[in-house]
Amino acid sequence: MMDVLTPVSPALEFHHVTKRFPDAGYNAVDDVSLSIDEGELVTLVGTSGSGKTTLLKMVNRLYEPTAGQIVLRGHDIMAADPVQLRRGIGYVIQQVGLFPHMTVAENIAVVPKLLKWDSARTGARIDELLQLVQLDSAEFARRYPAELSGGQQQRVGLARALAVDPALMLLDEPFGAIDAITRDGLQNELLRIHAAHRRTYLFVTHDIREAFKLGTRVLIMHGGRVQQFATPDEIAAAPANEFVVELLASAGTSVGPSGEASVETSGGMSAGTSVGTSTGDDVRG
Amino acid sequence: MAEAWQQFMAYGERYPHKLVDALLQHLQIVGITLMVSLALAVVLTLLLMDHRRAAELAVSVLGALYSVPSLAAFALLIPLLGIGMDTAIVVLVIYNQFLLVRNFLAGLDAVDPSTVEAAIAMGMTPLQVLLRVRVPLAFPVIMAGVHLAIISTIGIATIAAVINAGGIGVILFDGLRSHKIAKILWGTALSAGLAITANMLMTRIERLAEKRLHFS
Repeated sequence: MMDVLTPVSPALEFHHVTKRFPDAGYNAVDDVSLSIDEGELVTLVGTSGSGKTTLLKMVNRLYEPTAGQIVLRGHDIMAADPVQLRRGIGYVIQQVGLFPHMTVAENIAVVPKLLKWDSARTGARIDELLQLVQLDSAEFARRYPAELSGGQQQRVGLARALAVDPALMLLDEPFGAIDAITRDGLQNELLRIHAAHRRTYLFVTHDIREAFKLGTRVLIMHGGRVQQFATPDEIAAAPANEFVVELLASAGTSVGPSGEASVETSGGMSAGTSVGTSTGDDVRG
Repeated sequence: MAEAWQQFMAYGERYPHKLVDALLQHLQIVGITLMVSLALAVVLTLLLMDHRRAAELAVSVLGALYSVPSLAAFALLIPLLGIGMDTAIVVLVIYNQFLLVRNFLAGLDAVDPSTVEAAIAMGMTPLQVLLRVRVPLAFPVIMAGVHLAIISTIGIATIAAVINAGGIGVILFDGLRSHKIAKILWGTALSAGLAITANMLMTRIERLAEKRLHFS
């Protein structure tokens, strides 16, 4: 866990990646090429059916691409053993997916056990992680998931995914089922954790405001294709196309003054964005 | 009634070894049947668990077999396997497959797909997903199937006496044939007593397991 991160740049590359599900008449992901740098927190945003989750699930091979290549830190993921690949990638989902028959500590210990860590190391790591996600170890380690609130469960889900300090974290709408106030707190903690460890995060959300608050870069998808992939400020200043303009406008009312003209909309967005960015900057120091 | 009770007690005092032998033989039939049934059901479950259509077909075939009356099933198998305990065990094992395989598959299927997805995504091998996540979570339903199979086997094994399989049924059917109320009562008491005891034991085991697995 203390090994110095060798800067392999880029961390993750997609080369003409396409996914068509059997019996589907269209591509869920359609010829996506992009490159993500080490330490980025990329948010993937789009409507349901945009292909964002499909793209994410191809990275840990829950889905296999129909065509194209995904390269993780210089290695083609299709050449790797999927089981070994997945042990090195953190994964958090909206339904949390904690194992109901295991305590909080046992849930967090799953991947360390798979990697045959000794119990002293695992125990120390569990305490460290619970502290990181701000759950008191003495109080929570021996509880079962059913004894936790939704927000607490997702903190454990996050701790579990971080257990072996993976170089890459995949998060699939992790805060989607959590109330607004708790979600805001969790978003801030995610920013703090990301800033502290500087691993690469891919974060899927359908909430444009969440995408702009968290993302160092935002990947906007629609119809399986990338609409725009840029920093929140760049997107707000120069939306790439009509779809992006509409997406920004849909969030505009709650972020800032919503206008009909795209200029005003992007003004509204950058106001919202700057709040998110400064939150991140504060903790990142 | 009082007379029947006297005969019942007298028979018990005179032939205790006959009763014990019948009970032990019955337990033997039930024990062997359960071991073979469980092994076969586990194999069938492993083969069927990832093939939904084949699983549905198999369970409906097993259901059809289960609906064949036991006397008819014993009679049908006599030309193939002859009479005796082996034939009885074959029939009992076939009956159990419906109860066991159906429950095993239903239990494994009922595990939340997102929990299974999390297990796969964390880097568990298919065997680890099965043994560490799916089986423990399906355990109550699996045990319910085993429970049913035990009770059902104890009951149907009694009828297997008609094809010379031995067990408690021998006493019961002897009594019916020779109109000996004492034998009828002993046969009934032993087979019902065994079923009730097994039922209580399994209920207790299930409660313990659920407590340990922390399902609320």
